Amino acid sequence: MINNREELKAAVASAKEQIKEYDVRILVCSGTGCIASGSEKVYEEFVKIVGETPGVTLTFEPHDSDEKKLGVKKTGCQGVCELGPLVRIQKGDQVIQYTKVQIADCQKIFESTVLGDEVIEALLYKQNGISYKAPDEIPFIAKQTRIVLENCGKYDAESFDEYLAGGGFSALQKALFEMTPADVVDEIDKSGLRGRGGGGFPTGRKWKQVARQKETTRYVVCNGDEGDPGAFMDGSVMEGDPYKLIEGMMIAGYACGAENGYIYVRAEYPMSVARLRHAIAELESRNMLGENILGTGFNFYMHINRGAGAFVCGEGSALTASIEGNRGMPRVKPPRTVEKGLWEKPTVLNNVETYANVPKIILQGSDWFRSIGTESSSGCKTFSLTGSIQNTGLIEVPMGTTLREIIFDIGGGLKDGGTFKAVQTGGPSGGCLTESELDVPLDFETVKKYGTIIGSGGLVVMDDNTCMVEVARFFMSFTQRESCGKCVPCREGTKRMLEIMEKIVAGKGELEDIDRLQELATMIKSTALCGLGKSAPLPVLSTIRMFRDEYVEHIVDHKCRAKVCEAMKKYVINPDECRGCSKCAKNCPVGAISGVVKKPFTIDPSVCIHCGACKENCAFDAIYIED
Amino acid sequence: MLDQSYYTKTDEIIAVYGKKPASLIPIMQDIQGVYRYLPGELLTYVAEQIGITEAKAYSVATFYENFSFEPKGKYVIKVCDGTACHVRKSAPILDTFTKELGLSKKKHTTDDMMFTVETVSCLGACGLAPTVMVNEDVHPKMTPEKAQELIKELRG
Repeated sequence: MINNREELKAAVASAKEQIKEYDVRILVCSGTGCIASGSEKVYEEFVKIVGETPGVTLTFEPHDSDEKKLGVKKTGCQGVCELGPLVRIQKGDQVIQYTKVQIADCQKIFESTVLGDEVIEALLYKQNGISYKAPDEIPFIAKQTRIVLENCGKYDAESFDEYLAGGGFSALQKALFEMTPADVVDEIDKSGLRGRGGGGFPTGRKWKQVARQKETTRYVVCNGDEGDPGAFMDGSVMEGDPYKLIEGMMIAGYACGAENGYIYVRAEYPMSVARLRHAIAELESRNMLGENILGTGFNFYMHINRGAGAFVCGEGSALTASIEGNRGMPRVKPPRTVEKGLWEKPTVLNNVETYANVPKIILQGSDWFRSIGTESSSGCKTFSLTGSIQNTGLIEVPMGTTLREIIFDIGGGLKDGGTFKAVQTGGPSGGCLTESELDVPLDFETVKKYGTIIGSGGLVVMDDNTCMVEVARFFMSFTQRESCGKCVPCREGTKRMLEIMEKIVAGKGELEDIDRLQELATMIKSTALCGLGKSAPLPVLSTIRMFRDEYVEHIVDHKCRAKVCEAMKKYVINPDECRGCSKCAKNCPVGAISGVVKKPFTIDPSVCIHCGACKENCAFDAIYIED
Repeated sequence: MLDQSYYTKTDEIIAVYGKKPASLIPIMQDIQGVYRYLPGELLTYVAEQIGITEAKAYSVATFYENFSFEPKGKYVIKVCDGTACHVRKSAPILDTFTKELGLSKKKHTTDDMMFTVETVSCLGACGLAPTVMVNEDVHPKMTPEKAQELIKELRG
């Protein structure tokens, strides 16, 4: 039980002492990525090995004993998801990062690195022939600035004590005991923090608007419905540092006079739900959530709502409708969420990363936060780096960092030595940036000038094996499927746009289709009801602007330079390799292949439906797709 | 007709969230969590219990993609077709599952009720694309070959 400031201070002091008592900590990454790679089994193996070894104590909470004390901990995302399962061995200040740890490696790691002082070269992170021992030296991590992700990879994501040991709840303490609610709002306002969910609306201004409403029942809502395909930053924060998110929301509750906080988590993140539930239960059991927190008279209750598979619920008014138990459809604004949000009451609605930035701003001050990033966009931004890139993973960099730094310095360049073509930012609501924009600083304003948005932070890197027309069709089909159907421009407009895109990809497009797409896009953009609809045409507009020649190639030359679009593929039999076995002719469902047995066969392109059955089954690899 | 045990279970679930309209979605989620689908009779029952019309309950249940009125297989295979997975070629993986299990665009569940195949827009493990989720386990870096092995493994 922590009932007042002194008790919290004592708990922090003891947590800090306790964490120092560990001789060695084995930190196993338990992010969604590493768990998929098998990190839970690695964790269990370490627990087993440590448990079976005489002379050492496995301590989940450190305690007094003369034996060597080892901790095996599940941490939040350590970053380089591609190389999972990731494990760190920590001895005091010295940390060694191991990658791709298999169950078979655990015993050796335990003997060499945990008990001994030997480093296993084969498991170290390597780049350009150099091996790196400490995680902070790895270029992927060294070039980042971690604020929101600060604790990920260092502390047990589930442990309240470890969160305290890392400085947790000092910000809440400062806010509750040294600042008035108005001071808190002011500090956030001065910090220049802007919404990390995509819109970039100034957080302080939003809080101010809620704080000055006449209605005194107010709500704090967190948007964890991270629906952009290719984005997993918020999920990583919810599962990697759940206490920090909750602390941020509690501070928002204090600042805006709200007693109830809701986190809306998307259905596909079961681990985020589990970790948040655990964290809430831990806090409730210590009186850190509920009535009269720390004896200050401040009450705060946390609730979790799980999404049910509707992308549109990432839109504010749809999200609150869903929490109320309704169909998740956006409504006409005004009134805005700050006036009439959840249950028609004033509501602070921010995304996960925004709240996770709050504790550190309160603790270190707005000047510190402003010193990071750019003039108009202060602080850092997390990005999920995916697609055709060497180091996929989760990163956090100051606003204003260039794509070149992110893709080549941090991301290690393209996968398999591919050629950079474009990067999609902002998911289905954004657009692409190409080679010529590699040196554009990523901040809210600058990126907008190039027809795209920072969005929530998904960066999908594409190489020359990606067809931009097909990618635009893909995004269109996504937004079309997710359109809630309430307003006509989005419901009908996205459908028509998708039909045109499908026509072009099928090789049946006309040049006028490009104009039609642009006309429809402009109409939808200016008339749709909500952000989802307004931004739905952006990927098409952006690819037309940057890759018009690819559209023209598809339409006029029936050519897909990335060799992705099925309809553009021209299957040809190489007469030098063909033995005339006639297998392909028998397999062809439309009778496009003919020839005389034991002589080379030929494919009639006017009949061929590009199914690939011939190529797949040819025993001599004689069939290829012509450039 | 559902037997009494279904209603008893549903009462337990309703008790967790309380008899109020806002409890509709979590109640439906938990019912589906238990039975792998949402039996229509139970939805009618829940509506009555929490004080909303049957029409309202259906309008909400049909709005969200996750609710299914059809029983699903023992293993629900969600093939991720998010951007990162799409760029790293998720389409052939979906094709493999569909083909191997004899399913189609209209038929998502095998006759023996072992498998349901669906697509999903992002599982949040983009670093390991392309991915597939079987019930709640994420399988990384999939290939058509690994998809075949996975089916074999699940069949046991």
